[in-house]
Amino acid sequence: MTLLQQLIDAVALGALYGLVALGIGLVFGIMRLINLAYGELITAGGYTLAILSGQSAVVAILACVAVVVALSLVMERVAFRPLRGASPATMLVATFAISFMLQNVYLLKFGSRGRTVGTLGGLNGAIKVGSLNIRWISIVALVVGAGLLAATTLLLNRTTIGLQMRAAAADFRTARILGVRANRVISFSFLVSGVLAAAVAVLLTVQDPLVTPDYGVSITLFALIGVVVGGLDRLSSAALGGFAIGFANSFVGARLPTSSSVYLPSVIYGLVIVVLVLRPAGLFAPRRRAVERV
Amino acid sequence: MKAVVQLAGPMILIAAVAALGTTVSAAHQLEFESALVSTAIVVSLYVFIGNSGVISFGQMSFVTVGAFLSGILTIGAEQKSFVLPGLFPILRHTHVGTPVSLVLAALVGGAYALLVGLVLMRLSGLPAGIATFAVLGITYNLFRNWEKIGPAAQALNSVPGMSIWALMVGCLISVAAAYAYQRSRFGRQLRATREDPAAAQASGIDVYRQRLVAFTLSGALAAFGGGLLVHELGSITTDQVYLELTFVTLAMLVVGGVGSLWGAVVGALLVSGVDSFLGDAENTVHIGFRLTLPEGSRLVLLGALMALVLILRPSGLTGSREFSLSWVRRRR
Repeated sequence: MTLLQQLIDAVALGALYGLVALGIGLVFGIMRLINLAYGELITAGGYTLAILSGQSAVVAILACVAVVVALSLVMERVAFRPLRGASPATMLVATFAISFMLQNVYLLKFGSRGRTVGTLGGLNGAIKVGSLNIRWISIVALVVGAGLLAATTLLLNRTTIGLQMRAAAADFRTARILGVRANRVISFSFLVSGVLAAAVAVLLTVQDPLVTPDYGVSITLFALIGVVVGGLDRLSSAALGGFAIGFANSFVGARLPTSSSVYLPSVIYGLVIVVLVLRPAGLFAPRRRAVERV
Repeated sequence: MKAVVQLAGPMILIAAVAALGTTVSAAHQLEFESALVSTAIVVSLYVFIGNSGVISFGQMSFVTVGAFLSGILTIGAEQKSFVLPGLFPILRHTHVGTPVSLVLAALVGGAYALLVGLVLMRLSGLPAGIATFAVLGITYNLFRNWEKIGPAAQALNSVPGMSIWALMVGCLISVAAAYAYQRSRFGRQLRATREDPAAAQASGIDVYRQRLVAFTLSGALAAFGGGLLVHELGSITTDQVYLELTFVTLAMLVVGGVGSLWGAVVGALLVSGVDSFLGDAENTVHIGFRLTLPEGSRLVLLGALMALVLILRPSGLTGSREFSLSWVRRRR
């Protein structure tokens, strides 16, 4: 039964990492930009929730979404728009500079000791099913994760702006020639990825309520690794890759004997290298070369 | 003649920085020393990233290996048996002078890079970046927890220091090695693959092999730089050679201009200089007027300035060109 328990926990963590991967993959697909500052969006959401801990959950969550989306849009307008078309290394380092700057702004503003989020703490309670303890947050994370993935898919496949986003991802120049407005499409993708970051902030603060300046860094790094391992060229592969790395982290961690559990990161990174060497295009990438990126 | 000028530019700049460092107070001298060491590390990144055009987040693995190896080997044997009893016997009993430890660091770092490169150099683009990052993750994790190869979660302390002139010589050796490499046929072949992989392959260049050569040399120089780092600081922890240093040195390289040795040197020295200046400004500096920055704003401003440089000059401050006299003339 413990195996089943570990599987459930692993799936819940995977869903969270999948959401982060989706947010990163969406922007990457269109702009070819790996946003290292994505973690700082999650952190901003965390701090918003911490500040509004006394308020009702609905107010706190709405404010969290508003702040994160606003920050995401500002980031795009101020920093990434002027860099469009720069070399990948330049864009990457620029996003790092933003991330570095924001972390230090948080440090300056909120101190290094962290703020605690009280909102939705009740979700840490568990329901007993047979001998299984299923925490509410696991269920919520799964439902929200699946819901947002479905919503994003619908958005991309059933709406005009979604069609334009896919066109821009396939071939940005041709899409522009055919009348797709670049700024609008890119802003919109930052908006959606901001909403996803806010959702991650809400879910993550339930499990890990202490928000510090580098709160979003580790989940972003792991999700980013997941995106590349899964396959950058398709959004579904990227999200699956994020899911896989979250799942592996939780599951391998639970299965590893306690004496060697400190070496868990080495095991995960070792698996990452094996996958990348064997399938550089991504674990979940189709055999043929993919054309569609979103 | 052009070659002499191209190499002399960065070398004179480094020597000037070292000379300037000897004229200031001891506290400020530390900042100059740190700038020299950063330059050595950034130059090692440049050897692979700049010449190949492939991004690597993993070079700090080799800095880590070099720092801990060089540091451990220069601490006395009795002291090591006392503070680091868990070390492999060969590490515990060996005690060498600083220059020898630096050479050994470069050799072991190069060997480690060769081993990693044999597996990873088939990759390019982002998969290469992430795979090299995974190597860094493993290196960090091992050094952080395995007491046979280092102090694990503790700091490695009482490492003998190096004078600013010795650090300068180390930095110049790295620059000279990097320049010699980029002028060699290996370096030229690799730069050709950077410009156009397909055309380079069609002209008979073995991309895998050339990348492997650069990766190995870069690993050796990174480990050498790590050795300089540990002797400059006197003590080191695994966290000091992990994520932050990875991204800060990468930012120095890109801010300066990733495609030239001159860019690497200028980026490292300039970002270090601005960082030190902002740190001083938190305790008031006089530049014609009194400037006092709020406590803790140094890193915020540094991040903002780096982003600004990239937005205004996406190909770096030097535009990825090598140093030349016409460059100086045009600037005037």
